[in-house]
Amino acid sequence: MTRNWQQAREARSARIESGAKLAKGKIVEAHNITSLLEAVVRPGDRVCLEGDNQKQADLLSSALLAVDRAKVHDLHMVQSGVVLPEHLDLFERGVAKKLDFAYSGPQSARIAAMLFGGKIELGAVHTYLELFARYFIDLTPNVALIAAVSADRDGNLYTGPNTEDTPTIVEATAFKDGIVIAQVNAIVDRVPRVDIPADRVHFIVAADKPFFVEPLFTRDPAAITEGQILTAMLAIKGVYAPYGVKRLNHGIGFDTAAIELLLPTYGERLGLKGKVATRFALNPHPALIPAIESGWVEQIHSFGSEVGMENYIRARPDIYFTGSDGSLRSNRAFSQTAGLYACDMFIGSTLQIDLQGNSSTVTASRVSGFGGAPNMGADARGRRHPSEPWLQAGREADPDGSPLLRRGRKLVVQIGETFGDKNVPLFVEKLDAIALAEKLKLDLAPVMIYGDDVTHIVTEEGIANLLLCRNAAEREQAIRGVAGYTDVGRGRDAKMVQRLRERGAIHRPEDLGIDPLDADRSMLAARSIKDLVHWSGGLYAPPSKFRNW
Amino acid sequence: MEDLTYTHTAPRPAGGTRPMAIIGVVASGNLEVLAERVLPDAECRVEIRTAAEGFGDVWNAVIADFVERHSPGGIKFSINDGGARPDTVALRLAQAVRLLEVTP
Amino acid sequence: MSAASAEQDRSASWYEASARTRVRLLLDAGSFREFIGPQMREVSPHLKVFNLPEQFDDGIVVGRGALDGAPVFVAAQEGRFMGGAFGEVHGAKLTGLLRAARDLKSVPVLILFDTGGVRLQEANAGELAIAEIMRAVIEARLAGVKVVGLIGGRAGCYGGGGLIAGCCSALAVSEQGRIAVSGPEVIETNRGVEEFDSKDRALVWRTMGGKHRRLLGAAEAFADDSVTSFRAAALGLLVTASGFDLQTLNAEQARLEERLQKFGTCQDAIDIWRAAGISDAESVPALPADPFIALADKVWRVRHDAR
Repeated sequence: MTRNWQQAREARSARIESGAKLAKGKIVEAHNITSLLEAVVRPGDRVCLEGDNQKQADLLSSALLAVDRAKVHDLHMVQSGVVLPEHLDLFERGVAKKLDFAYSGPQSARIAAMLFGGKIELGAVHTYLELFARYFIDLTPNVALIAAVSADRDGNLYTGPNTEDTPTIVEATAFKDGIVIAQVNAIVDRVPRVDIPADRVHFIVAADKPFFVEPLFTRDPAAITEGQILTAMLAIKGVYAPYGVKRLNHGIGFDTAAIELLLPTYGERLGLKGKVATRFALNPHPALIPAIESGWVEQIHSFGSEVGMENYIRARPDIYFTGSDGSLRSNRAFSQTAGLYACDMFIGSTLQIDLQGNSSTVTASRVSGFGGAPNMGADARGRRHPSEPWLQAGREADPDGSPLLRRGRKLVVQIGETFGDKNVPLFVEKLDAIALAEKLKLDLAPVMIYGDDVTHIVTEEGIANLLLCRNAAEREQAIRGVAGYTDVGRGRDAKMVQRLRERGAIHRPEDLGIDPLDADRSMLAARSIKDLVHWSGGLYAPPSKFRNW
Repeated sequence: MEDLTYTHTAPRPAGGTRPMAIIGVVASGNLEVLAERVLPDAECRVEIRTAAEGFGDVWNAVIADFVERHSPGGIKFSINDGGARPDTVALRLAQAVRLLEVTP
Repeated sequence: MSAASAEQDRSASWYEASARTRVRLLLDAGSFREFIGPQMREVSPHLKVFNLPEQFDDGIVVGRGALDGAPVFVAAQEGRFMGGAFGEVHGAKLTGLLRAARDLKSVPVLILFDTGGVRLQEANAGELAIAEIMRAVIEARLAGVKVVGLIGGRAGCYGGGGLIAGCCSALAVSEQGRIAVSGPEVIETNRGVEEFDSKDRALVWRTMGGKHRRLLGAAEAFADDSVTSFRAAALGLLVTASGFDLQTLNAEQARLEERLQKFGTCQDAIDIWRAAGISDAESVPALPADPFIALADKVWRVRHDAR
């Protein structure tokens, strides 16, 4: 018997034939989408329902939720983000059974409850890049339900500023005998640029409203506190400057927003323009506008877009990646790769840090996933090209090693105030993630960034340089030494902390010549959303929830 | 409301010549610090009226650290506290000491 | 402090600044002498009962200084302490300042409003204070003293503060500032969200914010959000603000009647602006300060002798 080597291909052709009955060419009417899905999706399929970090294929989510469960059931969902309620309703209804994902921000409480209640069979929680990688090896989607801005009648798609995960999803699906179905805001004669070529797209549907997308990367400067400003000054003077960090990624948060807003003022005063923070793997943060306008930034590659920034980006193509149509071209897979290998520093905030420096955003009742942070907040051991900051960090980590065999280290910085929201301490003896892992019987506790990858911890009390710590005991005291008046901080060995400070493993603001009177909101280049609009020359158009005009 | 007082000896007198400095506002999570140069050079006192009761231990630690780091000899600090976090308290005290040094 | 650095500091945001900082930067460098300052510890006698913390100056800084060399009395409310609200001591400090001005006759008063109204915890004393202050403002004005209000802080100028502002010789307001009596939440609670959605911040500012108040004629000057701009506005108003007599009151009555007649059926501030002759009314909220000031001055080309 000779083997049939075309099985998957033939199966796809059969599905397309079924679906074609409901389409004119590739175009399907919105009211026929559920029927289309019943025609092309098979029970147990691996389905990627585009739940990116930002955009959501919301029409297709609702349509999938409405299928006849006799025809479509027990699906294995593989998607970056579990964001819409419908994404979890699929499991309640029995349309879906198994889940592999990377991020679940808005659904973190419900997903935890459903995991614990046995309503979802969990494959694994991934980082974005990890999940994308598995799309090509063992999680290849049979069906991809994606979102685009527009399509022409041939099926060429324009995904626009929020291109995000789409090219990666389509690459894996279309070239491995999968089916790609796209919801679009409009069907047009000619797309502004071709983000996804037509031969990878099988069916298109025009939705009656634009796909769901929310601003996730806008931080109102009005909310930045003096403590965050002091912490940001410490980071700039105590990490960015001495290592000369030019290529970097900022995790989203108010601490990094404060850094972005201090570059044109405090950074300028320190004479750092052109010497630090010139090239970013970063979403289009509005808070970076003053630094861009002041000439600090040479280039930014983005994972996705940000609502309200479209016209600003169009007017700054020297900075951002844009298509021939003028709009942003984002790409999460490539930006994640850039953050992994082409950046010398990751800096971001977290919810809890333990005595080894492990950090987690997980609490006992929420599973929020990893997103991209572990990918960027980790030493990239496959890296080979040198850079000054990388080599310097490597020297600090291994001063006695043989120079020619001594790899550099990526700077992985955790930043935050010792007491966070609702005065909950940042530093803990034991991460809640461990309790969650026990409760859900996970193989691994969901740690965002591992202590052995962390190089620095920055709080308002000071900077702990873990590279200069020789052993676990020193590392613990260095962490306690910047943990302020939390229980962890107050449990410090004062003598050991003093020795670490003398050695430079701990720096206090006064050691760096930072004046506490400078920890003032007048140091921010922009103090309100309106200021950001002003800096952008009126190009930035904040969504109404951020405006009082 | 809780009233707390801490007295310390300071190795050096506070810098500058200003007789008085005031910083901060009494609001939730915030505090005002009134610094008066009215004590003998080696003495330092901190009087606190706070809305958050039962944190004497933490105040004690914050003020002990503050005196050790900044040696504000001769200064009486009077604080009205609206429930500020310890790091905010530490920042305001450091700011008050700096203000005493600023030429008017 | 050198004149150059004083000028540089005056670019500071009015909105962000504390009451003390506003006074220090507004007046000529080093000219401010505080009355009943924090060292005197004249705190509220009432807050203890409610387990609330006091502030040494009870949330208002009063004193005397110089503006371009000429003496002025100044009172500045701290909007972040109890929402800048009036209490017994807070109110008494302002009353005393205004009575001193009345008696002296030769020194004008600047009131830097930043208040939500009267403190609930000191309601009776606070309401009494509002009444005493209104009387003191009028007595001072009758004695020939100009009383100029500057409004641009976080708390706005609400409740009794709004009433006092209405008695002043003139007002300067910034975009961030708001002037009203009832606050947005109170209106929504009493009249329903369809009538007034207090969470619609653009609506709140269209209705009570500095730009609308300027276009309505409730404020005589509009300032950018900087001490420099408020200082210039204050200097200007101290010259142009009118006196106070029966004629002024009659003119004010006429102005308000005309305003009601012209705009009484308008549903939204945008309708009022259109009716006032502004062609691109929707663009007003986004207009930067300088073009807005020019626009407002054009609308108010005909000066009233009201107030």
